[in-house]
Amino acid sequence: MGALLEISGLKRHFGGLWAANGVDLAIERGEIHALIGPNGAGKTTLIHLISGALRPDAGRIVFAGADIGQHNMHARVALGITRSYQITQIFPHLPVLENVRLAVQSRRRDWGSSFRMCRPASADFRMLAEAEEWLGRVGLAEAAGQLAADLAHGQQRALELAMALATRPQLLLLDEPMAGMGPEESAHMAALIASLKGAQTILLVEHDMDIVFRLADRISVLVAGRVIVSAAPDVVRNHPDVRRAYLGDEVAP
Amino acid sequence: MTPARRGNLVEAGVLLAAIALPLILEALGEDFYIGFATRLLIFALAATSLNFIVGYGGMVAFGHAAFFGGGAYVVAFLMQAGIFSAWIAWPLAVLAAGVAALAIGALSLRTRGVYFIMITLAFAQMIYYSIVSLQSAGGDDGLPLEQRSTLAPFDLASDTTLYWVALATLAACLIALKRLAHSRYGRALAGLRQNEQRMEALGYPVDRLKLVCFVIGAGVAGLAGALLANQNGMASPTQLYWTQSGMLLVMVILGGVGQRYGGVLGALALLGLEEALGLTTEYAHFYIGLALLAVVLFAPRGLAGLAGLRAR
Ligand SMILES: Nc1ncnc2c1ncn2[C@@H]1O[C@H](COP(=O)(O)OP(=O)(O)O)[C@@H](O)[C@H]1O
Ligand SMILES: [Mg+2]
Repeated sequence: MGALLEISGLKRHFGGLWAANGVDLAIERGEIHALIGPNGAGKTTLIHLISGALRPDAGRIVFAGADIGQHNMHARVALGITRSYQITQIFPHLPVLENVRLAVQSRRRDWGSSFRMCRPASADFRMLAEAEEWLGRVGLAEAAGQLAADLAHGQQRALELAMALATRPQLLLLDEPMAGMGPEESAHMAALIASLKGAQTILLVEHDMDIVFRLADRISVLVAGRVIVSAAPDVVRNHPDVRRAYLGDEVAP
Repeated sequence: MTPARRGNLVEAGVLLAAIALPLILEALGEDFYIGFATRLLIFALAATSLNFIVGYGGMVAFGHAAFFGGGAYVVAFLMQAGIFSAWIAWPLAVLAAGVAALAIGALSLRTRGVYFIMITLAFAQMIYYSIVSLQSAGGDDGLPLEQRSTLAPFDLASDTTLYWVALATLAACLIALKRLAHSRYGRALAGLRQNEQRMEALGYPVDRLKLVCFVIGAGVAGLAGALLANQNGMASPTQLYWTQSGMLLVMVILGGVGQRYGGVLGALALLGLEEALGLTTEYAHFYIGLALLAVVLFAPRGLAGLAGLRAR
């Protein structure tokens, strides 16, 4: 069987700027695959292209054997690709538990349609129980009844992770999950991601090199809309092109 | 007593009073007001249907008159063709409004905010001008009904019966709205109002969720229009005109956007003000404008919020 996600020759431009300029990338089942690169390299654009928020101008995105390049976003979620956002996206004025319950409810394959209009949603006990479980997993069990807006920033990021996980994706796309966090919150998030290792395929965009080299099974380096290296952490660390283009010599061990 | 229980008791009390109202008015010899009360109920229904789209679905639509007035014209057209039965004509009014909303919604739901307001307004005005230019629709004069619809075994010719039918329809819609708000679909709409992008990213078919909401709201407006045609004895172009859409929106904002009783309270307040002020002054619209301004500034949840009726 091939890789879970295979991207080839993927292109997307904004005006004259090619934010994706022929991206080739393969993500294997079960791996944590880190995507690094300087600001403006096109990492978020690539996440948009994979998740369906943007359509490519050229190239192919093959997920679990199917070409999904023209699928819209919700269809891709149904197939098993869920993303988080670089800037937190939650339902601020709903309770924390309801944020996750909505993520659980979205799984049509398990519960059926979200167009049911008669039965109260609160009668779906198993959905609620599962939502509580996810909150426990990310350390938010206590906060279930609060409004999401009232959570600290780090907790909101954890909530967003719980929501993404609750869709039970085959491939989880995390766009800088530690963005804007203090050291303690970052460590908590890193531990959460580490707890998924082996069980969940993840494409992780992250700036913190310590965390990347600790968590990732493989690392791809994106520079100016192209992947210049895609290899094991040790190889990437010592790769001359990477040092020149991105890491800077001081990062070397 | 829990607040929910108390709420239910108040609702039951208001409903009983509303049922008894025409009998009381008759006893007082004020039969004239039965017609006014019926009009109120019908506008409450139309405003509630718009509130479903605006307040529950998060879509500020400015073309509700097309569905409301359209429902009235469907009844009038069918009567012209010799179909008097409400059991046939009213469902067809709902269907016609729903189908129109399906087409309009499919074309406009990609747009947001001001663009959505403008495009729904444009479609509604198109419908207005098409119907007004139709000779068979009576042009500017509208289309009179030969008689009221027949609703066997009830006798709609009686004003009191028409009132009760309007009341039953409104009550049924409000009960359905409550159920819907707490269903999976209602919860999904709540998510949509706060963060569409997140809903899409969770795998919800956002456009379809909104389209269904738009179509349901329009269908109920079509039913309200069918009732209004019977109450007025005609289908009139003013019911299709953009000012009608604006009036319904004003009712929703006055009463409380996204509040279950927002439409009802808004209709009550606006038509009540008009009735009270319209008789004594030409400046009714000025006062209505003032009231609207006050609500927007001081009571963002509308009269429903002021009355503590925060229920969805
Ligand atoms: N919607 C957009 N319109 C115009 N330019 C964009 C847009 N999104 C991204 N870009 C540009 O594309 C490049 C890549 O951006 P992005 O994918 O956000 O990079 P990264 O996430 O790696 O920092 C940047 O130069 C950015 O300015
Ligand atoms: Mg980025």
